[in-house]
Amino acid sequence: MENNTLDIIVCIKQVPMVSELPWNSKTGTLKRELAQGMMDPASRLALEAGLRLQRAGQLEDRRIRVTALTMGPPMAEEVLHQAVSLGADHGVLLTDRKMAGADTNLTSFILGRYIRMFKPDTGLVLCGAQTSDSETAQVGPQLACELDFPAIGWASDIRLTQRTLVVTRLVDDFMETLEMDLPGLVTIELGAFVPRYAGLAGVAQAFASPKIDVVDADRLELDRDFNALKDSPTRILDVFSPATQKESRVLKGAAKTVVDKLFTDYGKIISSAMGKDLKKK
Amino acid sequence: MSKNSTGKDIWVLGDYRNYFKNRVTLQILARARALAEKTGGRVCGVVFGHDVGGYTGEYIAHGADRVYVIDHPRLKSYGIETFTNLLIRLARDMNPDIILIGATRFGQEVAPRVAKQLDTGLTADCIDLEIDDKGRLVQIAPSFGGNLIARILTPKARPQMATVRPGTFHELPHDNTAKGEVVTLDLPEDLPAERVRCTHSEYRPAKTLGIEKADIVITGGRGMGSKGKFKKLFDLAGLLNAEVGATRPVVHAGWVGHEALVGQAGKHIRPKVLFSFGISGAIQHTAALMDADFIVAVNKNPDATMMKLADVAIVADANQVCSGIIRALKEKIRD
Repeated sequence: MENNTLDIIVCIKQVPMVSELPWNSKTGTLKRELAQGMMDPASRLALEAGLRLQRAGQLEDRRIRVTALTMGPPMAEEVLHQAVSLGADHGVLLTDRKMAGADTNLTSFILGRYIRMFKPDTGLVLCGAQTSDSETAQVGPQLACELDFPAIGWASDIRLTQRTLVVTRLVDDFMETLEMDLPGLVTIELGAFVPRYAGLAGVAQAFASPKIDVVDADRLELDRDFNALKDSPTRILDVFSPATQKESRVLKGAAKTVVDKLFTDYGKIISSAMGKDLKKK
Repeated sequence: MSKNSTGKDIWVLGDYRNYFKNRVTLQILARARALAEKTGGRVCGVVFGHDVGGYTGEYIAHGADRVYVIDHPRLKSYGIETFTNLLIRLARDMNPDIILIGATRFGQEVAPRVAKQLDTGLTADCIDLEIDDKGRLVQIAPSFGGNLIARILTPKARPQMATVRPGTFHELPHDNTAKGEVVTLDLPEDLPAERVRCTHSEYRPAKTLGIEKADIVITGGRGMGSKGKFKKLFDLAGLLNAEVGATRPVVHAGWVGHEALVGQAGKHIRPKVLFSFGISGAIQHTAALMDADFIVAVNKNPDATMMKLADVAIVADANQVCSGIIRALKEKIRD
């Protein structure tokens, strides 16, 4: 790492825009290829954090390069174009059938392998604290282990000095200020920043220049029989719909009718919870 | 460290910071107790800290057969790398069958690191844990955006690991007569220095938002239609003296702040009456409201999960019914 240059990798994920998605009942995994995708909201804030550091670096004559990195099916390239349109310098898509079905352990392995092989000078890795589709909050910390980087989770603000990163966060009722030397990894909490929108110039640029690199299992030199689904330590046994818990009383009809019925039959329960008497009509 | 393990034990990481508010360790001990009846292993608490004797006693009184303790001034405050390192060493030494960790923010950082370094699996935010007929841990967790529940196994790797959100299980009553063994271990001399330095820490308890304690809660989802229409729920809340909560899509859309999120990643509610407007019912949301005594759900779709969980399921437009209830209440509480 040159003294005046910092390479930042922002891990982003494409997530389904709607939560109702078909899944493969045999393997128990999501048919992501059928979903309309969007950039995961927490990933977007991680990108925002990276772009703010990039901007702050410009003012100090410091070169800060932001690479957006994702793993997913070919369509995940969309979120990389979006990242470039927002200001990322490059996008990298890790995609291969052999990577499908990875749990967090294998996902962090693949991301880490890419960074070690192709971006060994990375100074900072940013991730969303938890993605909107699976919410495990596991990939960030596991990637830090993979890279042997110090890491801080759930950041609400980050500041960069020459070689040190200062992070503020509110966790488990403690407001903390933490410091670590780079290289390091930080996960960004939802609500940390207001993300930017791409200007027209950014959008045009994103589609004009070939800034997206696509990397498959061969380029990562993964074993010939590597299979993320099979190699993941966890296995989905089966998937089911939540069981009905109650015998519901169903009310139908015009709004006025159902509201009247609600108060006639259940007014007592409501008024007792309110601690207030309700007039009968 | 003593080698004294059957490879069948269930470990629970003692997360004692904020003890009186954070009961998750005790809640998990209770479930571990039930799992241990089936596996024949012991329930073991694991505590790292300084002057933590009080907690070891509490863990035994709440179901632990044994508590491993490393008590040292260096462990006075939570250190992510230090605690991870210690738990990994202990686990390598004693081969627990299962490690369960409370999904506090700290637990959510420790658990994936430990799982990664032990090269095993980890299921986040389990809503239930069971033992199957082969003695394996079945990790039951929301999946696929919360519309489905998955049963997950860790077939080969050990230990089997899971995190559990506070409020998922219920703690056992405090039993003064419970017998347990305290195993005190030394702090390893070659413990590496913490690379993350805490320069400032201030206890800032979250305002117990009314919503967690409110007798009436009104929750709204995308079915309310728009940010403007969502505001109507606050009018209703004013009349009912209720608090307003929301689903994740609504929070992401910016209709209301993150502090209103009801769900595993947000607030856990237990009102006497819950009004749910235009919510389909992803599991991450419904898992946090199952303690509501009486649920009124309004949704155009009678098959929505939320409608099946309701005592009264109103098949109608959420918005119109909300307005209807506001009108009716104005009549009924007028002096």
